[in-house]
Amino acid sequence: MFDLNGRKALVTGATGGIGGAIARALHEQGAIVTLSGTRRSALEELAASLGERVHIVEANLSDKDSVEALVPAAETAMEGLDILVNNAGVTRDNLFMRMKDEEWDTVIAVNLTAAFRLSRAAVKGMMRRRYGRIINIGSIVGSTGNPGQGNYAASKAGLIGMTKALAAEVASRNITVNCVAPGFIESPMTDVLNEKQREGILGTIPMGRLGQGGEIASSVVYLASTEAAYVTGHTLHVNGGMAMF
Amino acid sequence: MSDVADRVKKIVVEHLGVDAEKVVDNANFIDDLGADSLDTVELVMAFEEEFNVEIPDDAAETIVTVGDAVKFLEKNAA
Repeated sequence: MFDLNGRKALVTGATGGIGGAIARALHEQGAIVTLSGTRRSALEELAASLGERVHIVEANLSDKDSVEALVPAAETAMEGLDILVNNAGVTRDNLFMRMKDEEWDTVIAVNLTAAFRLSRAAVKGMMRRRYGRIINIGSIVGSTGNPGQGNYAASKAGLIGMTKALAAEVASRNITVNCVAPGFIESPMTDVLNEKQREGILGTIPMGRLGQGGEIASSVVYLASTEAAYVTGHTLHVNGGMAMF
Repeated sequence: MSDVADRVKKIVVEHLGVDAEKVVDNANFIDDLGADSLDTVELVMAFEEEFNVEIPDDAAETIVTVGDAVKFLEKNAA
């Protein structure tokens, strides 16, 4: 089950906590993986720990040209692209009334617009090959909202809507498009929480703990597999019961 | 019939699974040949590949019949 031997996967934000776990899990299942991110040294470190079947393409997802170059570069490196994981994400938290235009723009550009451009580029080859898996990493706050994260919540809710629209368009071509929505996961993004915030959050999670990157990664592996062929347009919530839909 | 027209018609027949005699110059991909909007995008991609030419989006929008495709490719393909 969930064998990805010979499949070609591109993971954005691969040096992040969740992105690294996703890249590792896809690779463990046999996939050829292209790691993308902004930090060359971190990408190289991850690539070295994975061993063979790994490529690196640096990309700055807030830059249009860099985004447009990414899918072609990955397709050249791997001679194809079967699985696109739009994982890269940034936060620029601020109270709504104080939020700067650039805080809004940056988050929308990286979290939503880059995912749009990458999916648009990837789906072309996938249509030709009559096979594809696009997995967008959303967030629980895309469904629940979160004070201080108007921009982030909007970007993640946008991903969910985009996932459904694209899923409907390309379903007949054997391409599935899904979303995985993590709750609070141990990662650099949640390491910045102070003890009090952490305790407050734990109180809202029925499981009583933060999730692990690997627990997101295994959901991605499932949706990337041929076994998940009939699942599309779905948002899979992985949040320890924090919100149930 | 030109060589370009032959190649275009072959692609359309293969791609849409229609009878060759239906693929006439004034056949509209969507109305006459049963293509959906995604099929038309794929046809353009197939033409690009076959004729090694790039068809920009605004030009692609003007290609609605078999004849449109033949005319465009005769003019623009190397």
